[in-house]
Parts: sequence; C-alpha cells; structure tokens
Amino acid sequence: MLYDLAQHLINAVASGTIYALVALGYTMVYGVLKLINFAHGDVMMVGVYVGYAVAFLLGRQAASSFLGFMAVFLVAMLACAVLGFIIERFAYRPLREKSRLTALITAIGISFALSYGFQLDVTLTKARDEVTQAEGYRLTSTPCATGDEHCVTILPGAAARRFPTIIESVEWVNIASADGLNEVRLLNWQVMSFLIAVGLMVALQVLVFRTRFGKAMRAVSHDHRTAALLGIPVDTVIAGTFMLGSALAAGAGILYAIKDKQVQPLMGMYVGLKAFVAAVIGGIGNLKGAVTGALLLGLCEEGVVWFGSSSWRDAVAFGFLIIVLLVRPEGLFGRYVPEKV
Amino acid sequence: MQPEALGTRAPRAPLLEVEGLFVSYGAITALKDVTLSVGQGEVVALIGANGAGKTSTLRAVSGLLKPAKGTVRLRGDDITGLKANLVVGKGLAHAPEGRGIFPNLTVQENLDLGAWLRRDTAEIANDLEQSFARFPVLKARRLQLAGTLSGGEQQMLAISRALMSRPTLLLLDEPSLGLAPQVTQTIFRMLREVNAAGMSILLVEQNAHLALNLAHWAYVLETGELVMQGGGKDLLASEAIRKAYLGE
Repeated sequence: MLYDLAQHLINAVASGTIYALVALGYTMVYGVLKLINFAHGDVMMVGVYVGYAVAFLLGRQAASSFLGFMAVFLVAMLACAVLGFIIERFAYRPLREKSRLTALITAIGISFALSYGFQLDVTLTKARDEVTQAEGYRLTSTPCATGDEHCVTILPGAAARRFPTIIESVEWVNIASADGLNEVRLLNWQVMSFLIAVGLMVALQVLVFRTRFGKAMRAVSHDHRTAALLGIPVDTVIAGTFMLGSALAAGAGILYAIKDKQVQPLMGMYVGLKAFVAAVIGGIGNLKGAVTGALLLGLCEEGVVWFGSSSWRDAVAFGFLIIVLLVRPEGLFGRYVPEKV
Repeated sequence: MQPEALGTRAPRAPLLEVEGLFVSYGAITALKDVTLSVGQGEVVALIGANGAGKTSTLRAVSGLLKPAKGTVRLRGDDITGLKANLVVGKGLAHAPEGRGIFPNLTVQENLDLGAWLRRDTAEIANDLEQSFARFPVLKARRLQLAGTLSGGEQQMLAISRALMSRPTLLLLDEPSLGLAPQVTQTIFRMLREVNAAGMSILLVEQNAHLALNLAHWAYVLETGELVMQGGGKDLLASEAIRKAYLGE
C-alpha cells in the first residue's frame, strides 16, 4: 500500500512536471496575446522529431553520452524557438488587430497542418555506398522499416516510432517490501527529467521576474498599447515570448519521449490538450497556476491509474477540468475578468 | 481650417505641429481636419465634451493610431504614422487615458519601464529620486504592486513614469479623471512646476476650468472638429465657453 503510494507519487510528479513545461508555454502566450495557441502541442511534437533526428545522426553511442544528450535537447529547443518565431511572425502577427476568433481558428489550422503534415513519409537513411564503402545519408520517401536503426524520418509518417535511447536507464533506488511483492523504483532518467523540468522552470521564473525582458513581458501582457507608449518594442517581446514557450515545449517533449519511449505525429495534440487543461485549471495567464495545475493533473491521472482503470485516465482529467470551470471559472490562481462582447 | 483665435498667442519656437489631421474608425470619422500646435515650453489644453475626439488626437500624435490623412511633426521631424514605441525615442511621452499603469508590476518597476529607452544609469537613478521627491508616497510604496495604489497615487505614478523618458513634450489624457479635488490640485500644482522647469505639455481635460487655468493656449473640439481656440484666460472669460463647458 505504502509502496504503491510512493510509486504513484513518483509517477505523478514525473508526468506533472512535463505537463507543467508545456502548460507554461500556453499560459505565457495567452498572457501576452490573449490567444490560446492550439499549435503549441504540435510545436512540441516537432521538437521531439528534431531530437529524434539529432539522436539518429549522432548514433546510439554518442547520443547517450552526456554531450549527445545535451545536443539533443539544445538543438530541439533551438529549432522550436525558430519554429515559434516563424509561426508568430507569419501566422499570428498579421491577425493581431483582427478578432480573437480569427487567430484562434488560425491556431487550430496550424495545429492540424503540423500534426498531419508530419504524417508524410520523408526519410533519411544511413546507407553504405557499395563502391566507395563510405557511409552517407540518403533522402527518400520510403517509410522506414520497423526497427531499422539506419533510417530516420524527416517528415515522419503516420506510424509511431521508438524514441532512441538517449539516456541509459539505471535504477537508482529500489526499495522492496520484506515479502518481495511490492517495490518502489526510482530510475535515473526520472530524477534527471524532474531536475531538468524544475531547472527550466526556475530559469523562466528568473527571466520573467528579474530581467529587463521579463519586465517588458509582464508589461505587454497587461496592456501592450501602454507598453508601446513607453518605448517597449511590443512585437519583439511577443516574438521572444513565443520562442521561449516553444523552446520549453521542445524540452518537455523530449522528456516526455524519454518517458514514453515513442514518438508520433499526433502526440502533440494529446500532450498539448492535457497541458492546456493544466493551464486552465491553474488559471490561464498565470505562471504559478500553470505549474500547480499541471502537478494536480498529474496526481489526478495517477490516482485514477491507482484505483484501477487507466483507461479512465483521460476522462477523469477532462472531468476535473469541467468541475474546475464550473466551480471556479478563472482557475485556481487566475483573476476573473468578465468578457465584454 | 483654423477657427478664429481669442486673444493673442505669445510667439514660441514650434515643438509639435499637427496639420490637417483626419482619423477614422472604420466608417466613422473621429477627427476632421485638425490643425494645432504646441510651442516650446507651452502648456496647450484640448477641451471638449465626451467623444469630441480629444483622446483620438493624442493617440494619433503618439502613434497609437494611424491617421487617415494629415501630418504630425515633432521639432520639425515628420513622425506621422510612426509606431508608438519609436515616437517615444523622439522625445514625446504620452500618459494615456485611464492612467495605464501596470497593476501587476511594482511601483519601482513601473518607473523603470518609463526609462526603457535610456541607457544613462546614473541619470535614471537621479530622475527616479526626483520623482520620489515630487511624490514621496511613491517612494514609500515603491515595492508594492502598482495595482494596490489609490487612484490619485496611480495618476502620480503614471505622470512620473511618463517623465522618466525625459520627454520634451508630455501628452496627458484626463489626469483629473475620478480623483478627489485635493489630489487633482496636487497633480496640477506639479504640472505647473514641471512646465516652469521647461517641459511642454499637451493636456486633454474634461474639467475645462482646471485646464484653462493652467494652459497658455487652448483648443476646443466638437465632434471631431476644432471650433475655437484662444488663450487659456481668454477662453475662461468667454461667454460661449462658460455656457458650454463650465456649466454656467
């Protein structure tokens, strides 16, 4: 019993911190633009595929070294920052003065474009040239065969793939009960995932509350017109916020892929929707709220798994959202602002 | 078109020149052919009823609105249609309607943001001290969230923040709105001091009495058009103004 509780708590915190990183992106973008960026989860998915490609190019040996591990994270985060910038610049910025519904529908459109666009098969195969014996990469549109470690998908195709091992699983703690029936296991990557997630959140906190950019970001989130009147370059701040949120999402996505051990084009919708729920539960627009909401959601999901049926997990998560919206529509930390039409 | 002037205007070097300004929101024309100017060291008031276009005028000058037609020049530079965050760099500060303080930031952070474009750290600290000397209550509350301030304190903060950019021209939108008479007096006394130190001010006010008392020159807007202009004291004495705007 106690063992179960401990194990489920570990799992809950593990998934909660990952949701939190994604939820922070939703909440930050909502803060500065009052836009639910429905493409956020899909940006995360793209980040996972970038990480996947980097791990593939490095090869198993290099990817699971410390530097390789860092490279997978940093390249994915950087790529997503660029993707976030492009999406903001070309899809959202031209619509900023239009009605919010227009931007929202655009966001949904981008979400679908990414998640279904990534189901096309374009692959990169590590092939050996018969004549020169040199190893090189070849771009083809044939799907990778299952288990073919020499083939990576650029645009990945519809099927789920195994995410390469970028961190060898090591059991750090294993406490078993006297009769050997119950045990609590804590793996190295669970600890690292937790530390990376918390590290990123602390970095974000420092950025938002201790730097000049953060000050500008908070000003823009309250009133971008007045911020402009003080000379703050609002466009730059908004673009920066998108890049930041997207980079966090990429980091979260890779942590998620390490946990889930697979990657697929629709994962962004799934994880993104969960993180969105977390952000709304916490009060959208509020950073603390996003983290709290995500941890609550993790606990809630794990609780359902503990009490029997994991297939009820998502139903309970969304049920939780409905209850929060009924009882406290502004979320746990949000301020209630009546919408004027 | 320029309405006839009441009284004579002391000649000054031109600072802000607005010529033939038109602003429209969709099909609605908010400003029609507005031409006005503010001289170096001058306080100019813009008075008129609700919806006459006072705020639109300020917004078009500071770059929050793109005028449909007309030009805005600051010290001879054409700034028409320039984005608001670039206009600030030209030496213009706009304290907007409803104060526009950031309630989710501390008083100190609000003031820091006022100096966003400046890099002269020592001078900024100096100006900050000056703001605190002007309104000691801001110093006492500098680590509080600005949202916890009273209306009067928020207005003091809004004006102090605008001054942190060291503007040559200050645009003020309804500084007396919703304030107790005593607080309003404090603020207007401060405006007089700031002006005496050389700051030019373009003031939008519903309280015509207050505005005309402070202003060297004033314009009267009616449904988007200038209908009258004159010296502050001259307009105060005019029969038409007393009837229409001073409720006598």
